[in-house]
Amino acid sequence: MRGAAALAAILIAIAVQTTLAGYIFRGSSTAIDLVLIVVVYIGIKSGPATGTLAGTVAGLIQDALSGGILGIYGLGKTMVGFLSGLLGTQFIVTAPLPRFLLLVVATILHAAIFIGLNRLLNLQQVSADYASVLGQAFGNAFVGVVAFQMIEWFPGFVDRRRAGRFLKR
Amino acid sequence: MAIADIRQRPGVVLGGAILLHVILISAQVNTASGLPVLSVVTFGSFSEVQRGTMAIIDGVRGMWSGYVALQQVQQENTALRQELQTMQVRLQQERGEAQRTDNLRQLLELRDRANLDTVAAEVIAGAASIDFRTVTIDKGSSDQLATDMAVISPAGVVGRVILPTPRASKVQLLIDRNAAAGALIERTRVQGVVVGIGDGMMRMQYVPGTADVKTGDLVVTSGIDGIYPKGFVIGTIDHADRGVGAYHEIVIRPAVDFSRLEEVLVVRTPPASRTAAAEEPVK
Repeated sequence: MRGAAALAAILIAIAVQTTLAGYIFRGSSTAIDLVLIVVVYIGIKSGPATGTLAGTVAGLIQDALSGGILGIYGLGKTMVGFLSGLLGTQFIVTAPLPRFLLLVVATILHAAIFIGLNRLLNLQQVSADYASVLGQAFGNAFVGVVAFQMIEWFPGFVDRRRAGRFLKR
Repeated sequence: MAIADIRQRPGVVLGGAILLHVILISAQVNTASGLPVLSVVTFGSFSEVQRGTMAIIDGVRGMWSGYVALQQVQQENTALRQELQTMQVRLQQERGEAQRTDNLRQLLELRDRANLDTVAAEVIAGAASIDFRTVTIDKGSSDQLATDMAVISPAGVVGRVILPTPRASKVQLLIDRNAAAGALIERTRVQGVVVGIGDGMMRMQYVPGTADVKTGDLVVTSGIDGIYPKGFVIGTIDHADRGVGAYHEIVIRPAVDFSRLEEVLVVRTPPASRTAAAEEPVK
């Protein structure tokens, strides 16, 4: 059940990333990676093993859709999922600041793997634009922290509304 | 159940995922030389396995040949040691023969140069007592050796025959306390008498204090003693002091290494002085 929810979240993220993200973040110089944010969240909530699997699936789908070498994003997302899960089990990452930092680190790790693999395999000329990577990291972190708070706030909000309606009756 | 087990082992999951990605990427990418990365990586990895296997095999083989199979090496080593010892003995024999040949050659040269009637003899024994400096040679009266015949070597004067027997003779060395020989300093022709002092050195006596004497001067036989032919080397002046008396005190280092005497020449021709004395009518 939990796996299905994770898969659904990944698919939704990919769908949004490939369709709506261009409209939502139009004009922004930084590209927000919604799939990475979802993988980090799954890792935090479900542990390293599930995070790893989620990262693998999400990355491979992204690879397949991007038309590049299958496995580049997959490996990056796999490492991000594992790292998120590991840190989620070792540290308390419920507050916004630790999550923000985790998302920054995860984005940098993902970018490092992507750039490193491309250079190692001579696939494409990827420049190590540190400013762009940092911008993406902070962008992902900001969007991710807000999304995490909303996701965790939403069930409570619904319950409170139901309880309020019940009391009014 | 299996999924739950896998979740308990995130390292395994991560390793599997990484391996999957590596294989996946390698299958799609070519190297700079155009060969598929998967083939290159597989071959490269397997070649490392082969290299490791060969290293292990070589190690085992080396251990076998270096340690286990040492028994044969030990036998071979023993045989080689024996052969080496045999060769060393043979080498010493050859070296001794060469030295002996060289000594004999020098004796022959001395005999030709001296133009004297000589007979070669071999030293067969040393002195029986440390107080007497004598040697025994393998020639005696049967070889026409007689008392007071001079014994010489290529290096210089050795001594004189003091006791001839038919097959051997005792020779008194010049360094013996009781030995003496007429001598002169070659450079200045100053004459004196050389006597042994028993400690391997000799002393030259009766050299006037006014005479020109220097360390390193060569001292040769003068021939006036009636035993030693004239002009044979006795030794060199080791040091000379102006004594309290009228004479120099001169210490001579012998030219002959008496500790290494092997072959000598016995001079059967009496010196001219003795011949003249014998021919001189008794007054």
